[in-house]
Amino acid sequence: MTDATTTDAVLAARRLGLARRPWLRDALGVGLPAVALAAMLAVIMHIRPTAMSYFGFTLLFKLATPLVFAALSQMLVITLGDIDLSNGSFVGLVTCVTALFLADAPVEALLLYVLAVAAYAAFGLLIHVQRLPSIIVTLGMSFIWLGLAVILLPSPGGAAPAWLNAFMNWRPPLLPLPIWIALLAALAGHLVVTHSSYGAVLRGAGANPRAVERAGWSLLGIRAAVYAAAGSLAVLSGLALTGLTTSGDANIAPSYTLLGVGAVILGGGSFTGGAVSPVGTVVGALTLSLAGSLLSFLQVPPTWQIGAQGVILFLVLAGRILVAEKTP
Amino acid sequence: MIATAPPSTAESTRTAISRRPFLAVRDARKHYGAVQALRGVDFAIAPGEVVGLVGHNGAGKSTLMNVLAGTVQRTSGDFSVGETAIDAWSPHRAQGRGLRCVFQELSLCGNLTLAENTRVMHRALRGFGWRRRAGDAIRRTLDAIFPGHGIPVGARVADLPIGARQMAEIARAFSVTDEPVRCVILDEPTSALGHEAAEQLLAYIRKAASEGVACILITHRLDEIMAVCDRAVVMVDGQVTAERPIHGLTRAALVGLMGTIEAQHDRSREPTAAPSGAALVVDDPGRGPGDLPIRAMAGDIVGFAGLDGHGQRERLRALYAGGRRGPRPVAYVAGDRGTEGVFALWSIADNLTIRSLDSLRRGGFLSPKAEAELARTWAERLKVKAPSVDTPILSLSGGNQQKVLFARALASDAEVIFLDDPMRGVDVNTKQDVYRLIRSEAAKGRCFIWYTTELEELNNCERLYVFREGRAATMLSGAEIGPSRVLEASFGGGHD
Repeated sequence: MTDATTTDAVLAARRLGLARRPWLRDALGVGLPAVALAAMLAVIMHIRPTAMSYFGFTLLFKLATPLVFAALSQMLVITLGDIDLSNGSFVGLVTCVTALFLADAPVEALLLYVLAVAAYAAFGLLIHVQRLPSIIVTLGMSFIWLGLAVILLPSPGGAAPAWLNAFMNWRPPLLPLPIWIALLAALAGHLVVTHSSYGAVLRGAGANPRAVERAGWSLLGIRAAVYAAAGSLAVLSGLALTGLTTSGDANIAPSYTLLGVGAVILGGGSFTGGAVSPVGTVVGALTLSLAGSLLSFLQVPPTWQIGAQGVILFLVLAGRILVAEKTP
Repeated sequence: MIATAPPSTAESTRTAISRRPFLAVRDARKHYGAVQALRGVDFAIAPGEVVGLVGHNGAGKSTLMNVLAGTVQRTSGDFSVGETAIDAWSPHRAQGRGLRCVFQELSLCGNLTLAENTRVMHRALRGFGWRRRAGDAIRRTLDAIFPGHGIPVGARVADLPIGARQMAEIARAFSVTDEPVRCVILDEPTSALGHEAAEQLLAYIRKAASEGVACILITHRLDEIMAVCDRAVVMVDGQVTAERPIHGLTRAALVGLMGTIEAQHDRSREPTAAPSGAALVVDDPGRGPGDLPIRAMAGDIVGFAGLDGHGQRERLRALYAGGRRGPRPVAYVAGDRGTEGVFALWSIADNLTIRSLDSLRRGGFLSPKAEAELARTWAERLKVKAPSVDTPILSLSGGNQQKVLFARALASDAEVIFLDDPMRGVDVNTKQDVYRLIRSEAAKGRCFIWYTTELEELNNCERLYVFREGRAATMLSGAEIGPSRVLEASFGGGHD
């Protein structure tokens, strides 16, 4: 038995010695997309030095704001080990509601937002109670949202309220608005998900739901709250997008679903549940939205852009896997 | 061997009982469908009392503990904590009463740090500075139970070795924030602990008991029960069969109390010695010292015994994997029907013939006629109760589904058949049918390697390997096979 104890101790020491590595692993999780982001910026600056300005950054990251919110919404769902395939069409529905009602009938518009968020939470409950795979339920939801949006607004149109439009074009001091929003969103996400005591319970519930349930928490409540929060973030995404485009369109944001998933994974998250990084997700969303601009600067023909964006995503993810293999 | 000798005199036991119990259940029952996990259990524990709960696999120890902890709802029975009768019970309420649990399969979240895991258990750890307070709470308890543990509270649990995880989980159960700890249930707490840590834990349990904390200790290491408990409760088959004060009880007597299963000696053939030479159909050299080689000839029924999870299944799978590469056809009967046995959407016939498709081919295509023929023959031989072999398999009872899985292996050309605890939760009649069939098939020259957790099944075997701590530690053959010998070999010497 003494043999076993010494090997135990040696093993413990060896493994505990490695316990410092996770910091490195976390840093790499966020660091890799950050490096990719910096590299893309460098290429753009090289081609067009004038982009290195307040105005240039405003333009480059303009469309990143709604994607940041959509990606954070997706991140919450992935934290629980689920996936949300309805995210993009929900954002489209929100742009329709906003463009149709927010300017003239703000109360009704707010009511609709609340209803939509409640529906999100209800689908979360359904997934939990019936033990359905989230991928199926949210795929079905995506058609419901799309259908509702088309009923509301059969062809793109409507008008964003002037204040929303003005806010999205506001030029705050020091940094462009998209950068401010990204910073604040990353900070808020970090405080809530990574730092707060409830964030710990949430991440625990994603990784080992049984353990959290045995500790006396209601998984049902957690799932409903997370889906409601995800719905609220998607509403914010839709608002931001309407403010930028000034009109509603049911089919404007289907790509957000998978770009959001890409941002979460790029930012160091994983599908196993409980392993997500809000800061990484925000950086990932910025990276993905910049990839499109980079390709335009490189004069890649539009026909090839979607494919080229895929290649960039592939390269960064492949880099992550290589790095993860090197760090035990 | 324990630093603080327990003051487990008959006197202290008596005073403990005479005090008002902290927690009591009367006639607690729990059914899972037709399976009765608890058949009317009476159990009580007084403040400051340490009770050891022992019994073989499937005796209902873990179910009882889950009922007490609120993670499983009892089907019926009275339950009281202190003086209040409890109707609905949940982990949250249990914690409010100061009842904590250390589960057998660890219940920490691997992606969180120790401090964060402590927070998951304690609702009071919130608001500003919670991380520091949680870290302090867990560090204090870790230091108190396992001095010199060296576990950083900021480390992520997944990065800790299994022993450190177990220490952390135990410490978390004893950690205090707003509610005092009144009772801790420990299910196999020392299974992954080293010798020193295990002794530290036992010493701490005594210390906590002297401060009024009750402990229920479930363990297969009987020496720990002898060292630390006031009272031993023996469970067999979902019932409490004996309750004894530890004082005056010997280890052998305790083992005797557990092994109340009658032995049947209906061996059809003489036991064979461990075979050698060219006739071997299974020949596995074992992995290093202390691990016996496993050999079997055609016609042998070789059993794998021991406590659940001591490496039997791993060895069985390794043998099967080896057998698949070998010259002789092999088959495997899964015990976990749902996940690795049954094709849920297929009929009985499809499920039964999947292992024999090669022999059912006529000119490159499967012959439905031959398929139906084979399925019917074997469904009849095993007395599968179904209107026809085209019935969906899920419409059968669990026992009949298991028969189909047996038939799948027996209908094939396999010479060596591996059984992975296939009779779990199967009714007695089915078992008898299958035992008979296994014996007759063995007589025809098939070899069976049979992992089972049910002692009585071992009587069908001619030779037995008892596993302990991942190794085939003991070989028993012929008349040596009996519940008491098997129990003795499975429990081994405990420490030292």
